[in-house]
Amino acid sequence: MTAKLSANDLTLFRGERCLFKGLSFALNTGELLLLEGRNGSGKTSLMRAIAGLLSLESGEILWDGEPVRVQRQAFHGALVWMAHRVGLKADLTLVENLRFEAHLRPQSGADFDEVVKRLDISRLKRLPVRSLSAGQQRRVALARMMLAQAPLWLMDEPFTNLDREGRALVMKLTDEHLEKGGMCIMAAHQDVEIGSNVKKIELR
Amino acid sequence: MTDYDENPGLFTAMLGVARRDLLLAWKRPGDILNPLFFFAMVATLFPLAVGPSPEQLEFSGPAVLWVAALLAMLLSLNSLFLSDFEDGSLDQMLVSPLPLTALALGKSIAHWLTSGLPLVLVSPVVAITFRMPLSVTGFLMITLLLGTISLSLLGSIGAALTVGLHRGTALLSLLILPLAMPVLIFGARTVSLVAAGDGVAGGLYFLGAYAVLVLSLAPFATAAALRISNE
Amino acid sequence: MWKFIHKLASPPHFYSLAARMVPWFVVPGLLLVAYGVYAGLFIAPADYQQGDAFRIIYIHVPSAYLSMMTYMIMAVSAAIGLIWRIKLAHAVAAGAAPLGAWFTFLALVTGSIWGKPMWGTWWEWGDPRLTSELILLFLYFGYMALRGAIDDTVKADKASAVLAMVGAVNVPIIHFSVEWWSSLHQGPTLVKKGGPAMDVAMLYPLLAMILGFTFLFAALLLRRVRAEVLFRERRTRWVKELVLSGGT
Repeated sequence: MTAKLSANDLTLFRGERCLFKGLSFALNTGELLLLEGRNGSGKTSLMRAIAGLLSLESGEILWDGEPVRVQRQAFHGALVWMAHRVGLKADLTLVENLRFEAHLRPQSGADFDEVVKRLDISRLKRLPVRSLSAGQQRRVALARMMLAQAPLWLMDEPFTNLDREGRALVMKLTDEHLEKGGMCIMAAHQDVEIGSNVKKIELR
Repeated sequence: MTDYDENPGLFTAMLGVARRDLLLAWKRPGDILNPLFFFAMVATLFPLAVGPSPEQLEFSGPAVLWVAALLAMLLSLNSLFLSDFEDGSLDQMLVSPLPLTALALGKSIAHWLTSGLPLVLVSPVVAITFRMPLSVTGFLMITLLLGTISLSLLGSIGAALTVGLHRGTALLSLLILPLAMPVLIFGARTVSLVAAGDGVAGGLYFLGAYAVLVLSLAPFATAAALRISNE
Repeated sequence: MWKFIHKLASPPHFYSLAARMVPWFVVPGLLLVAYGVYAGLFIAPADYQQGDAFRIIYIHVPSAYLSMMTYMIMAVSAAIGLIWRIKLAHAVAAGAAPLGAWFTFLALVTGSIWGKPMWGTWWEWGDPRLTSELILLFLYFGYMALRGAIDDTVKADKASAVLAMVGAVNVPIIHFSVEWWSSLHQGPTLVKKGGPAMDVAMLYPLLAMILGFTFLFAALLLRRVRAEVLFRERRTRWVKELVLSGGT
């Protein structure tokens, strides 16, 4: 059986430097892929390459057994990308930001108010994102992931700026997502206690 | 969770991007006003440099207004993708399942509405100071209307190519100005011809045709440039 | 066929092939230019209107022709590089740009020198060809500036390829609009369309110069692309082996 998402023999250069060579992995529904490594080891670059934001030197990423480059739209419709930069407009309110997201990708139909409540940001709804703390902005980004209808979550350092409660919440939400048959690729510094189906890649 | 073909429509996405940018401009009116002030100021520089002779001002009016408009458009293009690049919104647009071309077109529509259209509306006021007759001013507005559409779209390619580069500002001008010369030539000369009482259809046809050409090609180039610049 | 192209486009293969090809362009190029210079200066009769001043066309026309031609070569190879991801094509585009800028500059300078006795001024805005050349020079500057501003070679290749393609679509439009613009006030032009046919004794040296310039341009381009390839492949094994073996 072919994996839902697989990568074959990936090689990536940033300028002169080779970040990784011959990297392969396979990911199935309900599984979490954890990327580990020092700063500058290429975790973010690998995630950006998977998201299609960086072009690989060689190798192929397959989604449902088909190369993603021939089905970009289907693949991008199936993923959400939580980057280090949250991707929210500072001048717009939380609601305006999330409403704009609905124009960009298919939505899960999850109840907006419920999601916002779960992330403990309902009282910030009418505030411009500029006035939110970094941790609160990260929660908004989490809300975006939950509202989107995407089986594949790509999370780059999701715990940054979050308090202990927030970190626990991220793990819980990811757990639930995996249980529902979702997939997650996560780059993280700290130890992560999520689910049972965890694969790891150590980047040097 | 397997069914992910319910993408928002193309048109919805384009309008969504345009609406968001308009909303942002609404919250920061300075971004709209600054290029307009710049336009007025550049137009003021010429009489000060040339002297107050009415004949000369009347004669150079169309050219001055067009050059000032071109520079003002250039000024507003700088920030077209910059904030999206800096806050990570550009990433989010690039991983959207919708064609980036549609999103880029949405950005250009909003850019024209917040920079090109205001220029067209303000131009008669500045034209008065150059003693431009009312009938000529009408043609000035039409040429600016068609020309700024082309400049918005053409400029979005340059803005996309230079986003994220150090000293992108000077580079953007260097990339876009040579490409913008046909627009300037036809725009300014058509208005001069009207002022001299000549026929104008040729110039207007060209500006219209060029706008259509740019409208159909530029969003693709902008989208390709954005993917490259954001790597 | 596809296989052949890929073999040709492989850097080590191209590198050695180009070295062998250069003399085949240099020798005929020099011969043609030598004939062209001699015949142009001594055999061709003086123009009945312009006197000896017209002889500058033997430099001006080939330069102007190559300045346009190089932009097209640059844009086409950039497009090939972008669409089929052939790295050699990007190297060709990168190598061609400065050459094109030089030919454009040469065409401008010779045009302006030619204009001095004809118009009594070094620069005449009324001549659409010179104005087009000037804008073309700006296009080259923009292209090279964009390349210079991006550190990463791969990214610079792709970004400048987009610019070259956009520029290539615009070059004819710019040319047309400048023609229209100058036609409005009937400016003086150097070469009139549909004028009297050129004397054969004048024409042959010109053709020789055009062909000779093209050959020399091809040789220069090959050399530049070789250097470009060597620089881009400096981390690869074949370059290391080449250097260690003391080869060229």
